[in-house]
Amino acid sequence: MARPDGCKGLKSLAQRGILTKATNRACNCIQSCAHNCDEAAAGSAPRSRGRTMGGSEAGARTTRDDGPILPPPLRLELRGIRKAYPAVVANDGVDLAVAPGEIHAIVGENGAGKSTLMKVIYGMVRPDAGEMLWNGREAQPRSPAEAQRMGVGMVFQHFALFDTLTVAENIALAMPDRPKLEPLSRRIAEVAGRYGLPVDPRRRIGTMSVGERQRVEIIRALLQDPGLLIMDEPTSVLTPQAVESLFVTLRRLAADGCSILYISHKLEEVRALCSRATILRGGRVTGVCDPRAETAASMARMMIGADLQALRPAARQAPGAALLVIDRLSAPSPDPFGTALEAVSLEVRAGEIVGVAGVSGNGQAELMDALSGERPSPPGAIRLDGRDLGRMGPRARRRLGLSSAPEDRLGRSAAPDLPLHENALLTARAAQTTTWGFLRRARIRAAARRIVETFGVRAGGLDAPAGSLSGGNLQKFVIGREILNQPRALVVAQPTWGVDVGAALTIRQALAELRDRGAAVVVISEELDELMEIADRIAVIAGGRLTPAVPRAHCDRDAIGLAMSGRLATPAAQEEPADAAAP
Amino acid sequence: MPLRLERRPRPSRAMSWASPLIAAALTAGLAMILFALDGRAPVSTLWIFLTTPLADLYGFGELLLKAAPLILIGVGLAIGFRAGVWNIGAEGQLVLGVIFGGWLALEFGGAGPWVMPAMLLLGGVGGALWAAIPALLKTRFNASEILTSLMLNYCAQLWLAYLVFGPWRDPAGFNFPQSAPLHPDALLPIVIENTRANIEIVLAVLAALVAWIFIERTHLGFQLRVTGAAPGAARYAGFPVRRAVWIGMLTGGFAAGVAGVGEIAGPLGQIFPTASAGYGYAAIIVAFLGRLHPAGIVASGLLLALLAIAGDYAQMMLGMPSSIGGLFQGTLLFFLLAADVLTTWRIRRVDETAPLSAPEAA
Amino acid sequence: MPDLLPVLVAALVAGTPLVYAALGELVAERAGVINLGVEGMMVVGAVVGFAAMMGGAGWPAAALAAAAAGAALSLPFAVLAVSLGANQIAAGLALTIFGTSLGSYLGKPYVGMALTPEPSALQQAAAGIPGLGPVMGQLHPLVWLSWAVFGGVWWFLYRARAGLVLRAVGESPASAWAIGHPVARIRYLAVLFGGAMAGLAGAFVSVVYTALWTEGLIAGRGWIAVALVVFATWRPGRCFAGAYLFGGATIAQLFGQTALAAVPSELMSALPYLATVVVLVVISRDEARLRLHVPASLGKPFAA
Repeated sequence: MARPDGCKGLKSLAQRGILTKATNRACNCIQSCAHNCDEAAAGSAPRSRGRTMGGSEAGARTTRDDGPILPPPLRLELRGIRKAYPAVVANDGVDLAVAPGEIHAIVGENGAGKSTLMKVIYGMVRPDAGEMLWNGREAQPRSPAEAQRMGVGMVFQHFALFDTLTVAENIALAMPDRPKLEPLSRRIAEVAGRYGLPVDPRRRIGTMSVGERQRVEIIRALLQDPGLLIMDEPTSVLTPQAVESLFVTLRRLAADGCSILYISHKLEEVRALCSRATILRGGRVTGVCDPRAETAASMARMMIGADLQALRPAARQAPGAALLVIDRLSAPSPDPFGTALEAVSLEVRAGEIVGVAGVSGNGQAELMDALSGERPSPPGAIRLDGRDLGRMGPRARRRLGLSSAPEDRLGRSAAPDLPLHENALLTARAAQTTTWGFLRRARIRAAARRIVETFGVRAGGLDAPAGSLSGGNLQKFVIGREILNQPRALVVAQPTWGVDVGAALTIRQALAELRDRGAAVVVISEELDELMEIADRIAVIAGGRLTPAVPRAHCDRDAIGLAMSGRLATPAAQEEPADAAAP
Repeated sequence: MPLRLERRPRPSRAMSWASPLIAAALTAGLAMILFALDGRAPVSTLWIFLTTPLADLYGFGELLLKAAPLILIGVGLAIGFRAGVWNIGAEGQLVLGVIFGGWLALEFGGAGPWVMPAMLLLGGVGGALWAAIPALLKTRFNASEILTSLMLNYCAQLWLAYLVFGPWRDPAGFNFPQSAPLHPDALLPIVIENTRANIEIVLAVLAALVAWIFIERTHLGFQLRVTGAAPGAARYAGFPVRRAVWIGMLTGGFAAGVAGVGEIAGPLGQIFPTASAGYGYAAIIVAFLGRLHPAGIVASGLLLALLAIAGDYAQMMLGMPSSIGGLFQGTLLFFLLAADVLTTWRIRRVDETAPLSAPEAA
Repeated sequence: MPDLLPVLVAALVAGTPLVYAALGELVAERAGVINLGVEGMMVVGAVVGFAAMMGGAGWPAAALAAAAAGAALSLPFAVLAVSLGANQIAAGLALTIFGTSLGSYLGKPYVGMALTPEPSALQQAAAGIPGLGPVMGQLHPLVWLSWAVFGGVWWFLYRARAGLVLRAVGESPASAWAIGHPVARIRYLAVLFGGAMAGLAGAFVSVVYTALWTEGLIAGRGWIAVALVVFATWRPGRCFAGAYLFGGATIAQLFGQTALAAVPSELMSALPYLATVVVLVVISRDEARLRLHVPASLGKPFAA
């Protein structure tokens, strides 16, 4: 790790055997660090990961002899990167400049090209055109292994971890120098302590929470001494308190000289953490700015090209009687690493939206399975309008009026290889689409057309396979299909995950309108902002248990955050501030 | 490498129907190479190989005779494959058809014209019962139907061997392992005069028609297709997976059982321990080659029957070993799987190697 | 009480082909590739090994040739399954059908021929070992080699880094690739190893176990090996033990026939297959346990 004393860092690199003969890749410090370079120059000059020595000296100009004053080169520079796929141009002439020790945000909505750009930097994808410079020199990593050797570390949104292996084994797998597990565990503990990321090297990943797994991902990246750390939507799986703690870690890293690329669409976070932001839209850069000097609205305008629209408020009636009742629902999890539900209770009235907030992995999937009927629920635990849904499967429940849309789309709420009109048939009422068991093709196509037109689904015709739709359009189709079935109650999970802003608005609007027509709606979401926008009441699920649902006005982010980590039994605002230690 | 595979935005329908032809062409090419290595003129040998069996009406009848069980079993298996149920036990289920149908023929042969249709029905039931075992084991105990149905193939053959070497052995048969000849009433009637083609081909085509209507036009067929294409979506939709397993296995078993009766009640007219002759496995290839679509299966059944007859002919007239037929079947399937890749991927010449990442919403 | 020694030796010998084939398939499956072509590769290995011996080669050369043949045969399957992302079940079936036919075709000249087995020099030397001598002297060196293969596979999977990487690939090829491992290469090597082992297993059957060549020699052993891997929940130790259990089942008919003369010989011959079905049912019932041990990416194609 680089430290203010530059050559300690070099020595540690030497000890770990990451030295190569000095060639073109001389360490920057030779140019900018006057006094520390005797050691470096004496032996074979080290190949640096690209860190300038000492964050505080990152911009320092130092001289040796009377040589010219050289500003340190950009840690990473992209010029005119272009990557096209058959259906879409993901990156169209993208430029990027990241200084050493800088926390740089990449902002854009879903579909803007952020992920593809990161894959280019990390060597997972080869760009069609453009160049990439690392510490001022041309670089073109052809694989993640090469990118790692170069000095790029990545913390994935969907972790690249192995459930059945321990923390130490997972990290060992990523280290090219084949470390032994014992010394590695010590190094893990060292890094963990330094950056406030407590983990136990001997635990199996499968038993860890999502937040803990993210810490392992970060430590793994850090142990390879990166000059640039890419974080892909890191806070989507964290409680508000954990987000704060992550920011502390990242700031410390930046101070130590590591640059950070922070990918996010959450503008408030970007403004709190980052000193620079590059904004992408439709594959192009639409702005580079200092987020601290901008407002969320101005950044949003660059991000989506128009002003952020708010939900149209409707003249709402007060909610009616309890329609969907969950009564002490307990259910085991089919997944060996899953979370069992314990005595979950909730009453959803007609004409209201109840949001279930929580960090991923706390029983949301199990709750969805139990409500949709895909997994059996005990008798008496789930009632719709007084009728016990007990042992009924999804078809029977849909017939009675309880529909669902889970968070997995391709392969669950839609069959990727089947055309749209057959996907419309998936949850359609048999009475309307079949006669004596035979399919009524015309009626089915008409139903599909209605979905596509009502919800503005852009697809290559009704015969297009569901897998060819973009994330936003597919989700519009799925939610639209369920809504057009006119359910009395609807349960959706992660309704706008991975969906572009326009489609997200359409979906949220549709859910609000469904509620206004008197349906009982449950929205299970990891995106707290979303729930704060559309839910009437909010409950928090943690460890398989559900807090009572509290009206939105009485909810408070801190309380919700504590409830998510199981430290509070209600999302309502507290009289006294709760203990704000890291979760 | 200058060539790369790139995912198509949506699977190519045209390639889906072209790939069996490509596979056939590649296999034909391989055959020509083998002929050349053997010292014969490749193209003319291939031509003789393929057309001589069809030279006259009798030959055409032979084609239909050989194609019938392939089409029948292929259609039954295809329903299962499309539902994601891998019935590899058609060979054994065919043998069960032989056993059940054969029993009826030996017991009641000559009792009346009802014997023959009853044999077909009972044979089908026998095959279905044999297929019910893996179905039960899968739905109750989650045991892989591939392995259980396969193991039962060996068991079925041993059972037949026991019967033919034992209780059913023809006392007038000079101790050969074969049954007494079946009564003429128990034999399948011929449909084309001066040939050996019997009603099995009619049954096969009928089965293909019924299967097509079922799979494409009924809701139950739709449920099966979804179960095979996206099991998670089937669960979400509430389509019971167990039912798909049962239907998938039983249709294949019933079809194989009927085909089994066709084997003993056809030209052979007797029960031998090698009654099945590999039809069960060949039908798997027929099903795949026909894109799991009944119309395609009729075509591929005829093609493979042609290959089989040509193989016999090659053995007799050209002196090639008999297992050459099986060799070409396996090769055909290999080439088909390779050509199938082109339905979802296409070849592009690129200077840079763009990896096979699918486009994602970034 | 019957002399146990011949029974023990017979069970060890009968189980050896299953040891080879099942361990080979286990390695492939731990990397995430299910190869149903084991039966076909065993047939080809059997005929190649037999032909080599008939041609005057010693057993080591014959074994090597058979292993090479098995690996060569697994290569087109590997191309289909690993590089082209084809359906692994269908590709494996194709390999079995092709391999069985190829073996039958190549074996035509040898039908009915027999080898005269002689104990090799190694065996004669081993007979002199105090204590174990009587047993070891009756076991062909290929049996000893199978024990070494078991030890090697176990050590590789659980003690070697390369084995850890292979297990990671089997669990999540996407994650393994993301952290820099060559997933395709690893899967290729795993499949080729499985092919070599299957070839070796086949040669053992034709050269040591029966020492003759007929049609249908392998008789489903390859399929039993595939089932064995499931039965062993993908763990080498259980695989090893299970192979001998099944070996025992195969020979039970030989020893039981005198005692159970009333039972038709065909039923006794069906014993290994029925045993496989029973064992599969028993192990598959516990779906949660299976889920815990099955390599998560088994059978799913991966495109980098």
